[in-house]
Amino acid sequence: MIEVPDLSFAALAPLLLVLGAACLGVLVEAFAPRDVRHPVQVTIALVGTVGALAATLLLTVDFERTVTAGGALAVDGPALFLQATIAGLGALSILLFAERSLDPARSAFVVSAAVPAGSPRDRELLTTPRVQTEVYPLATFAIGGMMLFVAANDLLIMFVALEVLSLPLYLISGMARRRRLLSQEAAVKYFLLGAFASAFFLYGLALVYGATGSVRLSEIREAASVDGSGTLLLLGLGLLIVGLLFKASVAPFHTWTPDVYQGAPTPVTAFMAACTKVAAFGAILRLLYVAFGTAEWTWRPLIYAVAIVSMVIGAVLGLTQTDLKRMLAYSSVAHAGFLLTGVLGLGSGGEGSGLAATMFYLLTYGLTTLGAFAVLTLVRDGDGEATHLSQWAGLGARSPLTAAVMALFLLALAGIPLTAGFTGKFAVFRAAIEQGAWPLTVVALLASAVAAFFYLRVIVLMYFSEPVPDGATVGVPGIPTTIVLAVTATATLALGILPGAVLDLAEQAARFVG
Amino acid sequence: MTISYYLVLAAILFTIGAVGVLVRRNAIVVFMCIELMLNSVNLTLVTFARSTGTIDGQIMAFFVMVVAAAEVVIGLAIIMSIYRTRRSASVDDANLLKY
Repeated sequence: MIEVPDLSFAALAPLLLVLGAACLGVLVEAFAPRDVRHPVQVTIALVGTVGALAATLLLTVDFERTVTAGGALAVDGPALFLQATIAGLGALSILLFAERSLDPARSAFVVSAAVPAGSPRDRELLTTPRVQTEVYPLATFAIGGMMLFVAANDLLIMFVALEVLSLPLYLISGMARRRRLLSQEAAVKYFLLGAFASAFFLYGLALVYGATGSVRLSEIREAASVDGSGTLLLLGLGLLIVGLLFKASVAPFHTWTPDVYQGAPTPVTAFMAACTKVAAFGAILRLLYVAFGTAEWTWRPLIYAVAIVSMVIGAVLGLTQTDLKRMLAYSSVAHAGFLLTGVLGLGSGGEGSGLAATMFYLLTYGLTTLGAFAVLTLVRDGDGEATHLSQWAGLGARSPLTAAVMALFLLALAGIPLTAGFTGKFAVFRAAIEQGAWPLTVVALLASAVAAFFYLRVIVLMYFSEPVPDGATVGVPGIPTTIVLAVTATATLALGILPGAVLDLAEQAARFVG
Repeated sequence: MTISYYLVLAAILFTIGAVGVLVRRNAIVVFMCIELMLNSVNLTLVTFARSTGTIDGQIMAFFVMVVAAAEVVIGLAIIMSIYRTRRSASVDDANLLKY
């Protein structure tokens, strides 16, 4: 007789809303007539994600940390904070997906992904006003998987969530309307490398199960406290970390990042850069702090090393890029290193501000990078987005507002004071220094300085060079993109000038259950 | 028959899969190597279920199978779409994105 596990539906409400919206979206795709699908799908996806955001906020009112679903899911401060972040950023990404007035072809997504690229049928479909709506349920499933990922209290659930978030992402990164070959190539690369990395995660899961007899994080911690040096357990931990670092695009596991970020449709890149990063770091934090928090000497040197490699590779290779999407991809690698600096801000015994700082950094980085990619969708030439650096020359003279907004996001990514990026960086560096990791912080500061060069180069290019004659034009954004830009730009400024309230919130949320 | 034989066999299969992913050129073969890695994990899980005397490992093997099946659907769809355009499933031919 199998006992039914206890399910706290209230605590699961955010997840149920998003996954319910995704399932409903699949049904709409199958049964609704084609001409009403787009508004209906967008509405469902937005209701699901915004509803989930509201539900997580409601859960924080007289909030109690619990473990539910037979111990498989943790509903605690970090889970709710990160779920709210993912749901909010996810809703903004859905808005970017729904933009219809920028591209003359009415959408960033291919009408029929099954039609071979470059075939006569494909050219015919490029100019039809038909839009494809499968991306909305797929993206909603990915958001659901991400929200499950940060709440998983069990390695098996973590693995299932990893796949639920990855599989739709593999698909939608191959669905660009223009430059389809690049997009398909990005999807193949992402898929093969992603599946490779999840195989490592899975083998790590199996070894940890063999070493401890359980995949529940709390039980792993008990076993690790007794015998943290078991070969099997350490090997398992190493493989688990490899799998998660891949998703977080931390160097040396970042090789997919530039290719996929460049090839995928820009709204999808924005979604991946913002939400996947939050989800992957949520899982890394939970795994390291909850399951291996008492055996931190086992992972600290490893994380220390990859943090340095990631910051250096991201900053140095970012310098050499001529494509803005690739440049932002390397910036994402460097930021993953900064985030790991925050992860190292965990003291022995669980104190230290590392957790709160990392969560705050994830929020600021997510908002800023989403905004930066949203600006990229505006600047276009005859064949879609103009992402080559040279095409951005003199943009400040032709479109001052677009250039100003982009400059704000770039300054925030560089970590200039009075922007969210500065507060985030300050928080993670302080957490790392408090735990004595000051050599790492020195490297991080140097890497920030190098990275600041390539952000500022774009600003200089926009404001101080002559416009090229056949340069890019700036499209007039529709309502969805305008909302995204307004929200992200306001938040980037607000979190830079008055970060107190959100920092306090992160501080209060920063305690894991179990 | 000790349990370690099964673990060693699983480790060898996993390594063959991992090396295959790195050296093979056809996307379908690379994908098959990934499946081999997943199946070696299944063997490991079932072996550990036996050695720890819990049933969890066997249940997890089912989860892995279901997830692997879903992954096949997605993977073959992506590889098919690129093959129909390029008439080639070689990962070396997919080289538009670099540097």
